[in-house]
Amino acid sequence: MDKTINQKAWFLVLPVFLVVAFSAILPLMTVVNYSMQDTFGNNQFFWNGVGWFKELLDPSTDLGGRFLASLGRNLFFSGVILAIEVPLGIVVALSMPREGWSVAACLVILALPLLIPWNVVGTIWQIFGRPDIGLLGYVLNNIGINYNYVSNEIDAWVTVIVMDVWHWTSLVALLCYAGLKSIPDAYYQAAQIDGASRWAVFRAIQLPKMHRVLLIAVLLRFMDSFMIYTEPFVVTGGGPGNSTTFISIELVKIALGQFDLGKAAALSLVYNLIILIVCWVFYTVMTNAGTDRPAKEGAA
Amino acid sequence: MARIDLVDLAHSYGGNDAPPESFALKPVTMTWRQGGAYALLGPSGCGKTTLLNLISGIVTPSRGKILFDGQDITPLSTQKRNIAQVFQFPVIYDTMTVGENLAFPLKNRGVQRAEIDARVKQIADLLDLTPYLNRKATRLTADAKQKISLGRGLVRSDVAAVLFDEPLTVIDPELKWQLRSKLKALHRELDLTMIYVTHDQTEALTFADTVVVMHDGGVVQSGTPAELFDKPAHTFVGYFIGSPGMNIVSADVSGHEARVDGHVIALHRNYGVLPAGKKIEIGVRPEFVDVAAPGSGLLSAKIERIDDLGRIRFARVRVGNAKFSARVPSGFSISGDTAGLIFDSAHIHVYADSRLVEGVA
Repeated sequence: MDKTINQKAWFLVLPVFLVVAFSAILPLMTVVNYSMQDTFGNNQFFWNGVGWFKELLDPSTDLGGRFLASLGRNLFFSGVILAIEVPLGIVVALSMPREGWSVAACLVILALPLLIPWNVVGTIWQIFGRPDIGLLGYVLNNIGINYNYVSNEIDAWVTVIVMDVWHWTSLVALLCYAGLKSIPDAYYQAAQIDGASRWAVFRAIQLPKMHRVLLIAVLLRFMDSFMIYTEPFVVTGGGPGNSTTFISIELVKIALGQFDLGKAAALSLVYNLIILIVCWVFYTVMTNAGTDRPAKEGAA
Repeated sequence: MARIDLVDLAHSYGGNDAPPESFALKPVTMTWRQGGAYALLGPSGCGKTTLLNLISGIVTPSRGKILFDGQDITPLSTQKRNIAQVFQFPVIYDTMTVGENLAFPLKNRGVQRAEIDARVKQIADLLDLTPYLNRKATRLTADAKQKISLGRGLVRSDVAAVLFDEPLTVIDPELKWQLRSKLKALHRELDLTMIYVTHDQTEALTFADTVVVMHDGGVVQSGTPAELFDKPAHTFVGYFIGSPGMNIVSADVSGHEARVDGHVIALHRNYGVLPAGKKIEIGVRPEFVDVAAPGSGLLSAKIERIDDLGRIRFARVRVGNAKFSARVPSGFSISGDTAGLIFDSAHIHVYADSRLVEGVA
């Protein structure tokens, strides 16, 4: 093979390399650098090695305790909203009309919550839930349900979860609807001919055909809920106590509240790593589900 | 198993008030006998799939009735009609194995486990699917998938009819032959009424004992393949069936004579005086017109080209403005570009406004 050697091609990659270096690699390296140091005022730095990471994983320390507790809250939150939003999204998608003018109306209504900025959503629910002036809080308290998300942990959790369901179920529903629309009519006709019940149609046709979009929906909703910050911060500020303090809120408290840059840097690296790993696991599962696993298949 | 009667059945996708000529299926009355192998043949858009979907209940007719064994089932849903249908593209339940796919129609109807197993085994044997029974259906080839769809159609022993909607479209030509002969064998074996929709005349003529030819939303003729070939009831049947199709030329017909381009062709039967104002044509299949050396008493034609089909040769000729296909007898060599045409008068048919006119012998 006569391959022309032309190293000048490297110059073509240079701009991208520079942009990536300044936008991602250098800031990340700064964080790595901080995570190995203890910081004091007047820009004094002291080498701390992997000390912060050790502390992070040790629940008996203050940092470790706060990290593991907020990690637990994050996982619980993601689990709960997935368990609600995925089935609810499927039900919404299934009950949407398949044709006619009402399709457009449904799509617009569904898309609305997705278009609202995070902190506006937070503000809406913050006011909506207030016992003194909020419609929801006022009505609940007046029909005899004692509801106050500022003082009651369970009320705070319920508010944050319902708010997320309100904000993001549409996304799951829209993805599922797209999956449903791609099923040819012949499948439904064949199922009718085969005498399938509504449930059998769902199990045998609709669910398998929605399989891939559902994986995407789960991935998106998991990642997004795992990184949640703005909405609970606006509504509860992480309270009452620390009951709705998620990792991101904890991180901001450490970095900007206490100005412990070393601890915060270590925490953000671990936080980042968790997200990357989960992303990778999902990606692997999804691509394997997409192919028909030919490796397992013997010759016909 | 049932006899199926269609009574004044018609359908328009635009609703019952749509103008009559826009109906996808124009009123049709006919009977499908129990155990018959039927083909619905016609070009795309002629209404054959509509007719099939009306029988299976996927589409509800605008007018008319459908009777199974004399019982009106028009208002019943597809599930309650006890009919099987195989679609153009294979429909496979992705998460199930081949065996579960075959068992699905029986399971949905609450058939006993042992009976399901026996029936699935029988159908899998007939379709050569037995080695695949425990494999996931999604990973098979298109023809294997279509066999599964066929199998799901055939697995119920008590169906009124099995309907096929161009089931071999996605299959390779060589496998098409195999599957078609398989279907014919299955028809003999299982004693089911089968209705097979296709636009391919070979498929229709080889599969069916009765071919129903549709054109522009209406049934133009139904009969055995031989009847359709020998005596097309409509000029459409004449040129749609046969390759090349029937020659149709306008002519003046009176008594025993047809006059084409000033030349008189003798007719086998007497047509008396045909009603005025109708478009009169004669139709004759290329197989019954021979090319000969030009001579007096023969209609002379200009040869445009010769198609050699291997076993037989057809000449494309021109008489005035009319085009003809004619058989070139074996051993006949053509000199020059003019030839005479010899007609087999027993096989010349007369059509008035495209419909066959019966002569008097």
